[in-house]
Amino acid sequence: MTGLEITGLTLELNGRRILDGVDVSAPAGQVTGLAGESGSGKTMTGLAVMGLQPAGSKVGGTVSYDDGEVQVADLLSLRPGALNRMRARRIAMVFQDPSSSLQPMLSIGAQLTDHVRHHLGLSRQAARTRAVELLERVQVPSPEAALKRYPHQFSGGQLQRIAFAIAIACEPKVLIADEPTTALDVTVQAGVLRLLRGLTDDLGLAVLLVTHDLGVMSAVADTVAVMRHGVVVEHGSRYQVIREPRTEYARELVESLPHTPPPGTGEPE
Amino acid sequence: MTAVPLRRRRAPSLPVAWRRPAALAGALVLLAWVVVALIVPLLPLEDPLRQSVGAAFQAPSAAHLFGTDQLGRDVLSRTLWGVRSSLPLAVALVAGSLVIGSVLGALAGYLGGVVDEVIMRVADLVFAFPTIILAMVVAAALGPSLVNAVIALLIVSWPNYARVMRALVLGARGQEYVIAGRLLGAGPLTSLRRDVLPNVSAPMLVLAMLDFGNQILLLAGLSFLGLGAVPPTPEWGSMVADGVVQFSSWWLATFPGLAIFSVVVAFNLIGDSLRDALDPRTAGAVQGSSI
Amino acid sequence: MRYLAIRLGLSAVLLVGVTIITFVLTNLVPGDPITAALGERAAGDPKIVAAYREAQGLDKPPVVQYFVYLGNLLHGDLGTSIGTRNPVVQDLAYAFPATAELAVFAILVAVVIGLTLALVAALRRNRLSDQLIRAVSVVGISVPTFWLAVAAYFLFFFVLHWTPGSGRLSAFYDAPPRVTGLFTVDALLAGQPDVAGDALAHLVLPGMVLAVYTLGLLVRFARSSILDVLNQDYVRAARAKGLPGRRVITAYLLRGALLPILTIVGLAFGSLLSGAVLTEQVFAWGGIGQYAYRASTALDLPSIMGVGLIVGAVYITVNFVIDVVYGFVDPRVRVG
Repeated sequence: MTGLEITGLTLELNGRRILDGVDVSAPAGQVTGLAGESGSGKTMTGLAVMGLQPAGSKVGGTVSYDDGEVQVADLLSLRPGALNRMRARRIAMVFQDPSSSLQPMLSIGAQLTDHVRHHLGLSRQAARTRAVELLERVQVPSPEAALKRYPHQFSGGQLQRIAFAIAIACEPKVLIADEPTTALDVTVQAGVLRLLRGLTDDLGLAVLLVTHDLGVMSAVADTVAVMRHGVVVEHGSRYQVIREPRTEYARELVESLPHTPPPGTGEPE
Repeated sequence: MTAVPLRRRRAPSLPVAWRRPAALAGALVLLAWVVVALIVPLLPLEDPLRQSVGAAFQAPSAAHLFGTDQLGRDVLSRTLWGVRSSLPLAVALVAGSLVIGSVLGALAGYLGGVVDEVIMRVADLVFAFPTIILAMVVAAALGPSLVNAVIALLIVSWPNYARVMRALVLGARGQEYVIAGRLLGAGPLTSLRRDVLPNVSAPMLVLAMLDFGNQILLLAGLSFLGLGAVPPTPEWGSMVADGVVQFSSWWLATFPGLAIFSVVVAFNLIGDSLRDALDPRTAGAVQGSSI
Repeated sequence: MRYLAIRLGLSAVLLVGVTIITFVLTNLVPGDPITAALGERAAGDPKIVAAYREAQGLDKPPVVQYFVYLGNLLHGDLGTSIGTRNPVVQDLAYAFPATAELAVFAILVAVVIGLTLALVAALRRNRLSDQLIRAVSVVGISVPTFWLAVAAYFLFFFVLHWTPGSGRLSAFYDAPPRVTGLFTVDALLAGQPDVAGDALAHLVLPGMVLAVYTLGLLVRFARSSILDVLNQDYVRAARAKGLPGRRVITAYLLRGALLPILTIVGLAFGSLLSGAVLTEQVFAWGGIGQYAYRASTALDLPSIMGVGLIVGAVYITVNFVIDVVYGFVDPRVRVG
């Protein structure tokens, strides 16, 4: 299978076990939802895959990566340099709040091209051209002008689109999206989710979507994994997990978590 | 509509700070000086004021462990007696600026409006001068004496406390539990005393601890410049100044200088540990200035 | 532009405030300045005193006196120094470049070394190198500058002979033709590299001594600013982009910490000016600091107030410049 395969992922920080053997797979061309209450370890799972866990934490288990072209048996055992070459180039990440995940004092153009030039070795001009294409792809209006502007001049929804553009700029095959709509106005959430779904289908991305919002889940996820206390307690198709949860915890979670689909995404079929 | 959580923010416990070795070392040094200040008249030392011109500029020896100064006075005795002028004045100075600054800052933050404007603009003005320059100007206008040096430093020191206090009060005033208290009928003063002050006292005390070293340096600096202690009072800053005149007699400046350093470093170590124990972020609110 | 105008207005208001302070302080002391100005015997004669008071406008109401004072200031008249018998402006014009040269040298040393140490400490938080750097910083802010000056002078000049003695130049050199008043610059302009070298050699020790406190202050505050930024999402996001560490640090981390660091440098400059008073005295530097020391011990009020004015003005100007730089660096201020 191409995509991302997480097996027995553990993470220990200051003697506390935050991840206790997470098993989840994110196949290419699909959105895999990772649901759970705050503190269940879902965000930490995403960070650990990227090697961005907090300093001083101990990580165990394996994360295998395969995009048909490059295979890595275990990302966790890569040397820092090799892992850094995977970031953004093979596995990219989008964070929760775009107003804090973009450097406020660096132009959009700079933040959209620096990693492209580094990873793909493009010239300044070629990187710029690619940046304009990317902004068009994520539907940011007047891309040429946008490159010269700074984060504070955009709305939250626009910024998150830009963050997606940055994430897909180096043609990664895996995308980890950590609560990408949580910080956004309800009115723009649907658009960003449609963008995520579109990118998944067009680029054949394996997406790991971390969210506590089952409305978001039901709008875009193909399969859903429910996490609790650092382990995955249930993993199945979106329909099955939301409508016919097998475990008691998943059922309670479905009932307790916010469950209004963002306007315009429609109910799951 | 969910219920507003009416939880008071609990001040982190300060005693945690004492577990750090740096704070402990600082506390021990300070304790040693306090003991010296209390028992120095009982110690078998020469009279710090007794001159003996024949014995001037003697290098450290068994008779005079720290040597003698230009008037043949015993430097060890003068250094130990010096703590009696530095420490109490520093305490008075910090306590004074803490009280004045806190009251003015709390008034500015809590009342707002004209009161706030007037107090904070005066504070801005004081900030427009580097500390010791303004203190020098004031001390010169008042005339040289240790008390006038303290007054001059009070004038330049309170705005720092007022600014931090005002920011803390403004922050606390917006907290839900304070608003809820007001809505439930607490008057402004009751609310200030019961809900606001308990939450700002810890950061203000840390600020005061961090300020101690600074004030000792400033006070000694003014004396060094001849604007503080008047001869023949044994005072560390003016003792260092004696050493400037006679470079070859290195012991004149060295020992009082080390005394200042040991006290200041002790206060800074304690202040740092308290700050870290309280909240690493208060660092940003503390203004740095002076020597 | 609006931002600049507001900043400029604020600075102007502060400057006026500084003149009010110096004016009030000058008039705080009742008889002494007259005695000091006229001498004991003349001050004993009521007629001479009255004539002096009238000539100086001292018989008018304080508000009028203030405007007279302000008018004089605007004409560059800061009064006559009681100590040197020169116009205070003239004294300050000679003393100022000496202090400026010393202060610029010291701030460069403090900023370059201090920020480097702060960055290393923040990146290696709680490791041994961080502990060491923090210890250096605490020592830096705890050492009395005037004592350090004495000790350094004794050790490096008197015992080791590594550095030249006090003053700005060796006795066998004449001061270079005055253009800027900065000896290093003037000597180079006059094509006298040996004089410039000598001036630089004289700068090193007092400059380093002066830098120590500021350096400790900078390390302390810059470290915590950088730590704050390290916890920002955008630094993590930059790492997620697989950028080389150097790029993450310079483009993302340091750029984010730049604004608080600028503010700290402005504040630190104040501590530097304060330290200059104490350092110059020990090194017989002949700058504003030594002038202030001489003036305050002799109760030479016109000179003291002149120093207060010029130092206040310099401090306000430096902080205005920092505000302007702020405006250029921060896109949020630049556009909005």
